[in-house]
Amino acid sequence: MSLRRLVAAALVPLALLASACGGGDEAESFDENSLVIYSGRNENLVGPLLDKLKTATGLDVQVRYGDSAELAAQILEEGADTRADLFFSQDAGALGALSKHGMLAPVPQDLLSRVPAHYRSSEGTWVGLSGRSRVIVYDPRTVAAPPKSVFELTDPKWRGKVGWAPTNASFQAFVTALRVVSGEDKARQWLEAMKANGTQTYPNNVEILNAVDAGKLQLGLINHYYWYEKVAEQGTAGVPSRLAYLPGRDPGALVNVAGVGELKNTKHAEAARKAIDYLLGPDAQKYFADTTKEYPLVSGVATAPGLPPLDSLKGPEVDLSKLDSLEQTITLLQDVGLV
Amino acid sequence: MSSRRIPAGLLWPAGVTAALALLPVAYLAVRSVEGGLDAVARTLLRARTLELAVRSLGLAAVVTALCVVVGVSLAWLVVRSDMPGRRVFGVLAALPLAVPSYVAAYTWVAALGLEGFAGSVLVLTLCSYPYVYLPVAAALSRMNPAAEEVALSLGRSRYAVVLRQLRPAAAAGGLLVAMYVLSEFGAVAIMRLDVFTTQIYTSYRAGFNRTPAAVLGLLLVLVTLLIVVAEFRTRGRAAYAMRGGAARRPSVIRLAPGPRALALAWSVALAGLAVGFPLASIGYWLLNGSSARLDPVDLSEAVGATLAVAAAGALLTTALAVPVGIIAARHRGRVATFLEQSTYVGHSLPGIVMALSLVFFAVRYVPAIYQRSPLLVIAYAVLFMPAAVGAVRASVLQSPPVLEEVARSLGRTPLQAVRAVTLPLALPGVLAGAALVFLTAMKELPATLLLRPTGMDTLATRLWTETGSGAYAAAAPYAALLMLLAAVPGFLLGRRSLEETP
Repeated sequence: MSLRRLVAAALVPLALLASACGGGDEAESFDENSLVIYSGRNENLVGPLLDKLKTATGLDVQVRYGDSAELAAQILEEGADTRADLFFSQDAGALGALSKHGMLAPVPQDLLSRVPAHYRSSEGTWVGLSGRSRVIVYDPRTVAAPPKSVFELTDPKWRGKVGWAPTNASFQAFVTALRVVSGEDKARQWLEAMKANGTQTYPNNVEILNAVDAGKLQLGLINHYYWYEKVAEQGTAGVPSRLAYLPGRDPGALVNVAGVGELKNTKHAEAARKAIDYLLGPDAQKYFADTTKEYPLVSGVATAPGLPPLDSLKGPEVDLSKLDSLEQTITLLQDVGLV
Repeated sequence: MSSRRIPAGLLWPAGVTAALALLPVAYLAVRSVEGGLDAVARTLLRARTLELAVRSLGLAAVVTALCVVVGVSLAWLVVRSDMPGRRVFGVLAALPLAVPSYVAAYTWVAALGLEGFAGSVLVLTLCSYPYVYLPVAAALSRMNPAAEEVALSLGRSRYAVVLRQLRPAAAAGGLLVAMYVLSEFGAVAIMRLDVFTTQIYTSYRAGFNRTPAAVLGLLLVLVTLLIVVAEFRTRGRAAYAMRGGAARRPSVIRLAPGPRALALAWSVALAGLAVGFPLASIGYWLLNGSSARLDPVDLSEAVGATLAVAAAGALLTTALAVPVGIIAARHRGRVATFLEQSTYVGHSLPGIVMALSLVFFAVRYVPAIYQRSPLLVIAYAVLFMPAAVGAVRASVLQSPPVLEEVARSLGRTPLQAVRAVTLPLALPGVLAGAALVFLTAMKELPATLLLRPTGMDTLATRLWTETGSGAYAAAAPYAALLMLLAAVPGFLLGRRSLEETP
């Protein structure tokens, strides 16, 4: 067989394949005219909401899903040529980082002011859409009284019984809050004491929750909605663990936000604002409350049943815009040897 | 081998391949330098960097050693012994390639709570021993029995001869395993083991500071080059290129009842752990889960996209690998060594580093392909080049150079001789390399996530979406389908390892 015939023989099945998945081509055509959202939030969680957004606003929207921090890194790497018009982030830290690199445009005041000042950028470059509280998940089969502060977790009675996820962005936001509220020294001491107390490292919140439910851990530091989502999937019978919301402005009760920012170089500023307007509207806010079990941030939308009301949460008083001092947090975590 | 001049028709395409493979290094250099010397020194001198580097190297060493033990022992039993059912085991031995390591890791953690260093060693060994098994099985079935007979006639053991002849094949497979382990992130993260790549991911994910990640990436490249050079040394001057071809096939060795039972138990245990266990776990998820909602349109689109980009990736990788593989097999000297070694760089870098480097270059210089499938296909080529180059090199080595010389004596140019004689002879091996790339590309996640066309999903990215929202039952169909599809090339590779078996 000649080389040419061989190559031809190899190309035929490939061409067939390519034509067989013609549907993929359609998705591929990057459209200059559509509004591109980079979403660090999971497609299963916000896909239906963004579909509704398309219908309600009539905008031509393309969504690119990924991990919040990886997408932020991608946007930074793209620089002025970024394809993103909006960045929908899982946490305030990634938005703050883009803001610090001068990648975000100011959000118009009428949109900003719909959310309490506490839950948006103090520079006005991004706005929170939904709130998530840090909580302690505990196993009521072995824990009679859950701790009331993260500072109790260094007690020897919890030795080896607590799970955390040092590489997780939500955990790092909490450590940042701890640094800001309690000071660098106290934060370092706490991390070291926790490490010395045999705290178990997990890759993410879901795995911690599963470990508590499986009886492998007694306590875990997670975000509140993971628990409610698991209950929605498996029913309360499959989820023996319970949540403890920490009182008294404990850093472990940080309320972080998932939010959105508009890229400075967008060519679709008007469409981008229309989309932000929809995400702050009653439909979207109700979606966050009912479907993702988060806290709606615009007043007048009720929280899902079973959750303590947002204003009853006693989180630390931290400027979420300052959560971009994540670099110092990472340095601290690296010094302590956790990441 | 010869140190005669490399024909320009090979040299230029090989140069393109090498340049493409070295792109990520250029990117890492840019990002390292912009942070300033202080930042570089601070990253390198951190105690944790050293600790994790040592742990990563330890993990790579242990997994590679175990893969060599498992791969060589299985290959010998399948090719040379009279173990019952050896043909079945031969096919099964390649199938772990179809199991994505992150899926395997998850099943072990979920079912048995295995974690940490030991858990990582188990999962990575079970997933990657076929990289050693396949080349060793091929080498065993090609081995000229005369050498063994000489050893026996001199009163020496046959195994010394066999092991010596297997060394290059085992080392080449071991090299792939070592680099794979060094760049691995998903499985070890699930196993809760912090390794060198964890630092790179953490720097990108949370630091938004690209200098430390780039410095660590360059360090990883350096370590890989040291390992590649060490592997080159083991090749030495070993004359494992067949001269004239073996007229006879190696004999089958009869096992005594005791060793026979042990061999059978070993093979059954390996097949059960590496193939049976993940399959059973996925089956369990499929049956037990209330979040199982399945959209057949989504599923078929993901299958189509997966097959298309993986097939295109295999084709491009192989096309790029052919000139480098031929040069590696037929030429000696600095240029030939540089060309071959440079293709190994991409394989050692975590997917996110590779992906960001291509983001960097594509956005600036070739925006037309950015976030389109050609860029993703190029990423697969950079990532999986070593497997293809290795396959081309090994199969070109098998075809006797004397045939090329005959062709040249009949008036062909060196390039025409390669095209007319060597390539057709090497074709089955080259296609096996392509199948390996195809299968690996189907499972790729981190680079696919960052480089895919907006809106396109592969089975791996769907799997990521489902598990990311905690919907493990909903993830099961995607995992099952991915393993099923990857099992087809896996099956063909396994069967091929038996083709020349007596």
